[in-house]
Amino acid sequence: MSKLIVSDLTCQKGYNELFSNLSFELNSGEILRVSGANGSGKTSLLKILAGLNSAESGRLSINNNKVGSYNYQSDIFYLGHLPALSPELHSKENLDYLTQLNSRSSDYVPGEALTNVGLNNFEYEYAANLSAGQKRRVALSALFIIQSNVWLLDEPFTALDADGINVIEAQIAKHCDDGGICVLTTHQKCNLPGLRILSL
Amino acid sequence: MSLRNPSSFLNPLLFFVIAISLFPLAISPESHTLSNIAPGIVWVTCMLSVLLSLNALFHYDYDNGVLEQMVISHHSLPLILLAKTIAHWLLTGLPIILLSPLLGMTLFLDAKSIYVLMFTLLLATPSLSLIGAIGASLIVGIKNSGMLLSLLILPLYIPILIFATSAVSQSQFNLPINGQLYFLASILLISLMTSPFVSALALKTSLD
Repeated sequence: MSKLIVSDLTCQKGYNELFSNLSFELNSGEILRVSGANGSGKTSLLKILAGLNSAESGRLSINNNKVGSYNYQSDIFYLGHLPALSPELHSKENLDYLTQLNSRSSDYVPGEALTNVGLNNFEYEYAANLSAGQKRRVALSALFIIQSNVWLLDEPFTALDADGINVIEAQIAKHCDDGGICVLTTHQKCNLPGLRILSL
Repeated sequence: MSLRNPSSFLNPLLFFVIAISLFPLAISPESHTLSNIAPGIVWVTCMLSVLLSLNALFHYDYDNGVLEQMVISHHSLPLILLAKTIAHWLLTGLPIILLSPLLGMTLFLDAKSIYVLMFTLLLATPSLSLIGAIGASLIVGIKNSGMLLSLLILPLYIPILIFATSAVSQSQFNLPINGQLYFLASILLISLMTSPFVSALALKTSLD
């Protein structure tokens, strides 16, 4: 069981207040979709949840572990707008590094994860030679490997085709069935069961 | 990783070799003049080529989002940065040390001074990488920051330059050089202890 608690979060960018006194709680198995117009602070919220940016004020914790602590950081998996792949590395090496930085499960076969997202035989392809959608697939294949409970996915479906979106949605649904938590932003339609929506 | 992208570490190294080999042509091929200015030439070009390579230290990782993952990882950020800095030294500092005897000979340094030169490089190039990492992490995310990096970092390099060159020139006159070497060693220890933590802090602030 894990529980993400956000209380009284305020975020300011320049002179703009993006949101103030934002509070919510997410329990095991819940999916939250953050929605809002461009510039409403969706990415900022996710970055704050990831511990990448600091909020103006407010508290957040996972199972009473504060943001920035070892337990908090190992409980989250964040994927932003950038796919976090180095062009000089193979898909396999990239995936290896990405999951090493996060907490990954011990029974891990990189080839299998890449096959899951439809990239068979791409293990030794340099990231520089992949298309935008393929890069995103490589990064998202980490979802099949990591052990983190709370997934923070910023626009995970950009550049993905319909088939790719289905695969990732299924994986998110499975993760939440297994007691995980997922916070995501997207402008696409999503068919996830039990979706909660937060409007900024 | 930079090995896969050879230009990132070969450029500074080529700069080092070319710049040094131009001095005999420009100043005078006479052995006496050259051996007098050799310590300065080698050290100044070494410093500039390290500076040239520093831009790439975090820049690419920032551009493709890997840096974000490092910052939010539950692993210790200073440790990751220390590993990156060591890798940077292996690809810039170490080749410079290995090339220096050859370049020292073209500048008519005597055998003993070449040993001293290599030893000062061995003691001080890691400090150059470590101090450079602080500067590189401060300017990450700023476009066209080459000049800013030099302004930030060069003042911190000056003490190293002074002690290292004076050690090599004094050894040419058979004077004791322990003092300078102790200073270089202490600079190395201080930067080794502080740099990973300061760069981690600087990176977090730059990404925020």
